[in-house]
Amino acid sequence: MGGFRTTLFVALTLVMTLTLAGQPAHAQDLEVYTFDEPAKEAVFQELIDELRCPKCQNQSIADSDAALARDLRDRTYLMVKSGASKQEVIDFMVARYGDFVHYQPPMTVATSILWWGPIAVLVIGGLVVLVRVRSQRSSEVELSPEDRLRLAELREAQKKDDDS
Amino acid sequence: MSNQWRWAVLLLPLLAFLLLVVFLLRGLFSDPTELSSALVGKPVPQFSVPDLYDPSQTYTQDVLRGEPLLLNVWATWCPTCRAEHEYLNQLAAQGVPIVGLNYKDDSRDKAVSWLNTLGDPYRLNLFDADGAVALELGVYGAPETFLIDADGLIRYRHVGDVNERVWQGELGQRYRALLTPGEG
Repeated sequence: MGGFRTTLFVALTLVMTLTLAGQPAHAQDLEVYTFDEPAKEAVFQELIDELRCPKCQNQSIADSDAALARDLRDRTYLMVKSGASKQEVIDFMVARYGDFVHYQPPMTVATSILWWGPIAVLVIGGLVVLVRVRSQRSSEVELSPEDRLRLAELREAQKKDDDS
Repeated sequence: MSNQWRWAVLLLPLLAFLLLVVFLLRGLFSDPTELSSALVGKPVPQFSVPDLYDPSQTYTQDVLRGEPLLLNVWATWCPTCRAEHEYLNQLAAQGVPIVGLNYKDDSRDKAVSWLNTLGDPYRLNLFDADGAVALELGVYGAPETFLIDADGLIRYRHVGDVNERVWQGELGQRYRALLTPGEG
């Protein structure tokens, strides 16, 4: 009984995942944007997925049906259609809406911690481990000749005890 | 010597942790919808738009030069604009020059009747029917208020309604600083 339910659940999840994965969740009907060249259409598609809607902050302008997102899509369309390169459109948007509008923010002083922070943590952690291991090794005490003698005697005594 | 190092090893993670706490607390209390404008320090973009009342009259970016002023982006479909309108009337009565940019409104008539009913705090009324000027300004919602200096440079952008608190805060302070010669 339990096994059947699990199977059903897994099957349903699988079906839903596949159905959703098959269709990009675009809010608007992209058919209205027609291009004479497939290359331009590809650039347009990339752009509207990479540009972020400033109004509805966690959606790209392809996903959002806010009026502002439509305006930005329209402007992107016009620019790409009239021959603007991908970078030109991105520069145009960033000049007006700031780095925020692009989902791939440039590396600046402010964002560098996001890029280098994890690596820095790894390196620092590795160094700490290394230093600790080394200091432990060097703290192993060198035995004096008297101590050696005493150790040898103790071992000898131990051996005799074991034998008897 | 080695004792000092021991302290450093103990304190360093604590310091790092405290730094992280401060950083995260700041993030917790900051408003992610308040984006700073990409145009701060830049001149007002070029535009040419008709007057709200008189379609035959057009204005360019040059009307925003000459003295420090506020450029207020508004529309009748925007509830927060209604909320701030009375305060704008008060500011205008105090002599603060405000230029209105009507942003993608439902119709010209609707905007005009709004001003007739609620009062017109604007020295000039620009009619941006398709939102082209607003796009140049990086407007992402209404209301937004830009502080523009005498040379036509954008100095500050406030997102949301203008009220007493905002006017005592950064927007008003920056405006007053522009009025004092030798500052700003």
